[in-house]
Amino acid sequence: MPIGERLTRFIAAALATVGLAAVLSGCGGGGGMTVINLYNAPQENLSRIVERCNQLADGRYRIALNTLPRDADGQREQMVRRLAASDPGMDVLGIDVTWTAELASANWIRPWPDALRTEAEKGVLEAPLETATYEDQLYAAPYNTNVQLLWYRTDLMPEPAQTWSELVATAERLASAGEPHYVEVTGAQYEGLVVWFNSMIASADGSILNEAGDKVELGRPAVTAMKQMRDFAASAAANPSLSNTQEDTARLAMESGAAFAQLNWPFVYASMVANRPDIAENFAWAPYPGIDSPGRAPLGGANFAISAYSEHPEEAFDAALCLRDDESQLMAAVHDGLPPTIESVYADPAMADPYPMRDAILEAIKTAAPRPVTPVYQNVSTVTSALLSPPRGIDPTGDERRLADQLKDALESKGVLP
Amino acid sequence: MSTDVKAAERRLGLWLCAPAAIFMILVAGWPILYSIWLSFNRYDLRFPQDQQWVGLENYQTVLTNEFWWTAFGVTVLITVVSVAIELVLGMGLAIVMHRTLVGRGLIRTVVLIPYGIVTVVAAFGWFYAWTPGTGWLAALLPDGSAPLTQQWPAILIIIGAEVWKTTPFMALLLLAGLALVPDELSRAAAMDGAGRWKRFVSITLPLMRPAIAVALLFRTLDAFRIYDNIYILTNGAQNTGSVSIITYTNLVSGLNLGIGSTMSVLIFITVAIIAFIFVTVFKTGTPGTEGRR
Repeated sequence: MPIGERLTRFIAAALATVGLAAVLSGCGGGGGMTVINLYNAPQENLSRIVERCNQLADGRYRIALNTLPRDADGQREQMVRRLAASDPGMDVLGIDVTWTAELASANWIRPWPDALRTEAEKGVLEAPLETATYEDQLYAAPYNTNVQLLWYRTDLMPEPAQTWSELVATAERLASAGEPHYVEVTGAQYEGLVVWFNSMIASADGSILNEAGDKVELGRPAVTAMKQMRDFAASAAANPSLSNTQEDTARLAMESGAAFAQLNWPFVYASMVANRPDIAENFAWAPYPGIDSPGRAPLGGANFAISAYSEHPEEAFDAALCLRDDESQLMAAVHDGLPPTIESVYADPAMADPYPMRDAILEAIKTAAPRPVTPVYQNVSTVTSALLSPPRGIDPTGDERRLADQLKDALESKGVLP
Repeated sequence: MSTDVKAAERRLGLWLCAPAAIFMILVAGWPILYSIWLSFNRYDLRFPQDQQWVGLENYQTVLTNEFWWTAFGVTVLITVVSVAIELVLGMGLAIVMHRTLVGRGLIRTVVLIPYGIVTVVAAFGWFYAWTPGTGWLAALLPDGSAPLTQQWPAILIIIGAEVWKTTPFMALLLLAGLALVPDELSRAAAMDGAGRWKRFVSITLPLMRPAIAVALLFRTLDAFRIYDNIYILTNGAQNTGSVSIITYTNLVSGLNLGIGSTMSVLIFITVAIIAFIFVTVFKTGTPGTEGRR
């Protein structure tokens, strides 16, 4: 076969393949199946949920699962870069609870139409529902929620502490008895430090921003919260590497036996049972501690939003509804340990075994402290964590004023991110 | 008559250059003009309705901000220290490569290896080496130390990574300079009784001046834009960010095109000043014109 002919054949074959791929990836129309691109944080068993929804879709569309980077900043960055470029390649977006306002304000995600909104809100707990709402519009369907609890060893602290001062007192008693005396908390310079501060200030009856998210509140409750954080950081309860502790470091410190308590998300339970069955016997949970009384737990989670640049919004909304219905949420809870946002799912018998702490979670969600709702949350978070780090060096009154100034700039998008 | 021909030739020359010049202006000039325009606006992608002309307000915000000046200081420090170390090490390597008689090609190839490795890949190597638990270098330190989480140790590690990577480039440029120094001069000086050091300082260095200046200019401009090593090693935490890192954070993560563009314009101005100083003070731009001064 002469080379010219071979080349022609090769090009023809290549063109045919490209054409076929175009049909398969189906820009709708021509009878090919519509593909709905789902972008989500890594979740081990999400493909099972996607498969189930694809079967239910019965040929109307096919959801393709695309996995975002592992860390939240990386996920957000990839999304906002593509949204800023009006990329039509993303349809359903798995977004963190703190991004709703930002993406909605930039007109990058669609408000849910009334008919679908009712469906997405049915039976959903109030706190997670609010994280999906911005300026009275629903911008995402709640998928999973999360709360931190106090995890402790009953052999070292028979009665769970209700306040941070009680935790410190217990730590001092254990330290003088030569027992493990650390309380692990996320004190590194990142979102975890903001989560901690936000919870402390909520327990002191204050907030970082006002409810509308356009004015700085702080004030006396912030000073109280900062003082409590600094006192904790300087006490026997604080691990020397507090200023470097993230969720996973905290879990490991507790599993290694150095700590008698930690403030963390429920994923630590399964890990403790698997890694240290000997400690797991005495491993219990209690509500998040507060300033003078039990506190308000940090609230986390993720929701599904529809990209403003999606070319198949109807199918995308339908897919999102399926990805977070009762059955999907139960699967996410049982296989991946993600707490559901639909209240009735907690009562499912299948939850009992993997989720012995489900009542405590349900209870904590009802009083949990959401993070500030503002389009500039990214700035609020970076500035706050930079200012409060390291917790040991906090100067309550001075730092309250400095933080207020910097947050004010951030709200006017004049602020500079460190 | 002859001046007419010259003028005509010059005109023709300009016409022939014009397409290239216009193309350059379009490709390089437009983004610069656009970022200058953005820097005079409040332009935050999160508030599409609130875009407006704010004049020099963004410049005032950035130039009075402590985070910006910390990043600026860190960048200058990294630039000065790493380029100084590279110059000394690079000169040493260049002399070794120049004097080598056996296996010259092999030695030059080996020296160039660090420069050939993609910066991000090399940075990951350093990152893991300095991370407790995974790293051979971290294992040499006392238990519990994590140098990349502290400001000064982290900056030293960043400088080390930069030096490791770009010294070969410096050495290569200096080697070219060394080749320009005629051997006879050195030999004549030796006859007159000048020692090795004397010959190096009085003959080799002055003759290499243009090569050294070019090498310093290239590396200084390059080092000032440092991004990839820091991005991997600390991503700017604990005040280790450079001006490029903080610009990226504000522009891409923060979605604030106004502030971010202001920062990039400031970087542009700084780089222009550095280049201007090199060109006027060291006469780097046009090697070979010194004699005609």
